[in-house]
Amino acid sequence: MQRTVALVGTDAVAEAMRQINPDVVPAYPITPQTSIVETFSQMVADGAVNTEMINVESEHSAMSAAIGAAASGARVMTATSSQGLALMWEILYIASGLRLPIVMTNVNRTLSSPVNIHCDHSDSMGARDSGWIQLYSENAQEAYDNILQAIRIAEHKDVLLPVMVMMDGFIISHSIDRLDLIDDEAAGKFIGTHKLENSLLDDQNPTSWGSFDGLHGYYFEVKRAQAEGMKNAPAAIKQIGEEYGRISGRPYSFFETYKMDDADLALIALGSAAGTMKAAVDELRAKGVRAGLLKLRMYRPFPSKELAAALSHVSTVAVFDRSDTLAGELGGPVFVETRSSFYDAEKRPLIQNFIYGLGGRDLNVDLILQAVASIKSNNLVTYLGVRE
Amino acid sequence: MAIKLSEIVKKTDHLAGGHRLCPGCGASIAVRQILLAAPENSHIVVSGATSCLAVSTAIYPYNAWRVSFIHSAFENAAATISGAETAYRALKKQGKINKDTYFVVFAGDGGTYDIGFQALSGMLERGHRALYVCYNNEAYMNTGIQRSGATQLGTWTTTSPHGEKSSGKAENRKDLTAIAAAHNIPYVAQAGIHNWRDTFTKAQKAFQTDGATLINILAPCQRGWRYPMEKTIEITKLATETCIWPLYEVEDGIWRLTQKIRNKKPIREYLELQGRFSHLFKPENEGVIDQLQAFIDKQYERLLERCGEK
Repeated sequence: MQRTVALVGTDAVAEAMRQINPDVVPAYPITPQTSIVETFSQMVADGAVNTEMINVESEHSAMSAAIGAAASGARVMTATSSQGLALMWEILYIASGLRLPIVMTNVNRTLSSPVNIHCDHSDSMGARDSGWIQLYSENAQEAYDNILQAIRIAEHKDVLLPVMVMMDGFIISHSIDRLDLIDDEAAGKFIGTHKLENSLLDDQNPTSWGSFDGLHGYYFEVKRAQAEGMKNAPAAIKQIGEEYGRISGRPYSFFETYKMDDADLALIALGSAAGTMKAAVDELRAKGVRAGLLKLRMYRPFPSKELAAALSHVSTVAVFDRSDTLAGELGGPVFVETRSSFYDAEKRPLIQNFIYGLGGRDLNVDLILQAVASIKSNNLVTYLGVRE
Repeated sequence: MAIKLSEIVKKTDHLAGGHRLCPGCGASIAVRQILLAAPENSHIVVSGATSCLAVSTAIYPYNAWRVSFIHSAFENAAATISGAETAYRALKKQGKINKDTYFVVFAGDGGTYDIGFQALSGMLERGHRALYVCYNNEAYMNTGIQRSGATQLGTWTTTSPHGEKSSGKAENRKDLTAIAAAHNIPYVAQAGIHNWRDTFTKAQKAFQTDGATLINILAPCQRGWRYPMEKTIEITKLATETCIWPLYEVEDGIWRLTQKIRNKKPIREYLELQGRFSHLFKPENEGVIDQLQAFIDKQYERLLERCGEK
């Protein structure tokens, strides 16, 4: 049985966390993530979960405590945004290097400077090479669904990597949305129990974590094994997404396509912009443009082959990035990786980049239509909606 | 409780020999003295900050720890142990584990006074049941002798060298032990590796305390302090006898000297044994020793007042 509710995105995440009932949640407040830890703290205070919370003194310590708890065999979750994720940066790599299945919600917010609390993806894009799996959500429903699946993905024996679930700040986090929750029993059965090999708390078998790779040189092999976990992730993500579909009616994969079957123009986006883009696709089709949308859910690992295959029939691709690499003419990160995905394709489409929405600048249907109308062969990267 | 050396020597060291620390290193002595005081038949989880200790005792695939050990990064050993200790409480509450387990941090002075200061303060304020041990050798020795917030006035280090316009470190050290005590945690102590009975007693108290505890233990580094390796204990003893490193504890807010000094020795006797202070005896650096002596005297008088000794 599913229950239809109206929740803001942060409460949808907190509800998933209640159903998961993690052993330990170390967390630190930051706008716009704060509502997640506030709601979850109340759940702890009300005895709705067994979780031990650690109200740490920084995000750096949040991720550090998450590592200590996860290496002790606890199921660990946390949440952050923006500067908080940036402060964790050093420790993100240690979490993935130690292969600890930590699950974290990142409520996307731009990075300073200038200081700005609104949405763009510059925070999570800065962590894209940290060895974490990254899943993006279009709405509160997907954020909730992704969190439940993230537990299974992270703890999958062929993967064992931390997972970051993204949700656009304010646009999703603070907007009321209609969504369906699976019941507690189904959620509990779906996520199952967690058993860590080699826990620090195993007194019969004391273990050593994070040893120094000083004299013999195993670093490369450890990283190679980590890369293997990431290579195994797509199969696990697909299988878990299908299984989740059977209990919820909402199957998940690497990306979602909208009106792509006969499309000649493909739009690509992550997160909440996909909803606006679906409306734009409908308008374009009403005007006779065969447009479609590919909404990326799984950004790490990047589904390069699958993406190129799904778009093999289009002549034009418009990639919408909510962050910039700030690397000269290179464009946004999704654009760079999309272009790279087509390098070996038999037919390479015209691929253009639209960098939009930095610092929370609104993206509406008109702006998307304006972008599509501007596509031409010699115009690789366009800043959309900026006052030049 | 009575401490019998004949009993202690029968216990298994939790840090095995064969690690790569230097001969005469104070760190391994500190670790062994403290961990030997842990209750029998208990499990221990150690969180090590990046340090000489961490990189010399757990070099993959070798490992000198007979207890569980985790190293994550430099500044987060206190946060890491906070997570482990919380996981223990969470899993114990659910009946998934039941072994008595103790949580200990070992971090150097750089990892404590400087880069790990925030995480340490957080751990103390939240009151995790964990013992934080700062093995203090008064500089960043792992990276090659750089000054830290624990380095004393006038000390030569590679980042506080003496020269035409410098007499070594220009600032006094901060008082980390007192700062820890200001968190109003149940037990804080300052110790030295020369007085094993005192250290053992303090560690026993810390292990029996239900809450966050801290021991700041002087553990000299012969390479960084520039003295012959066999003089480690002698120099630590002199640090206490000159009162540059007095031994005391703060138990439930009550300050107490644990090694009383009848005749305070002049700091010169301590300085002249160590190459890191040799420049202070040259005419151009005249006055620095007096400044340091004045600082030590003032600090010690204040400590005596706090301990109700005057």
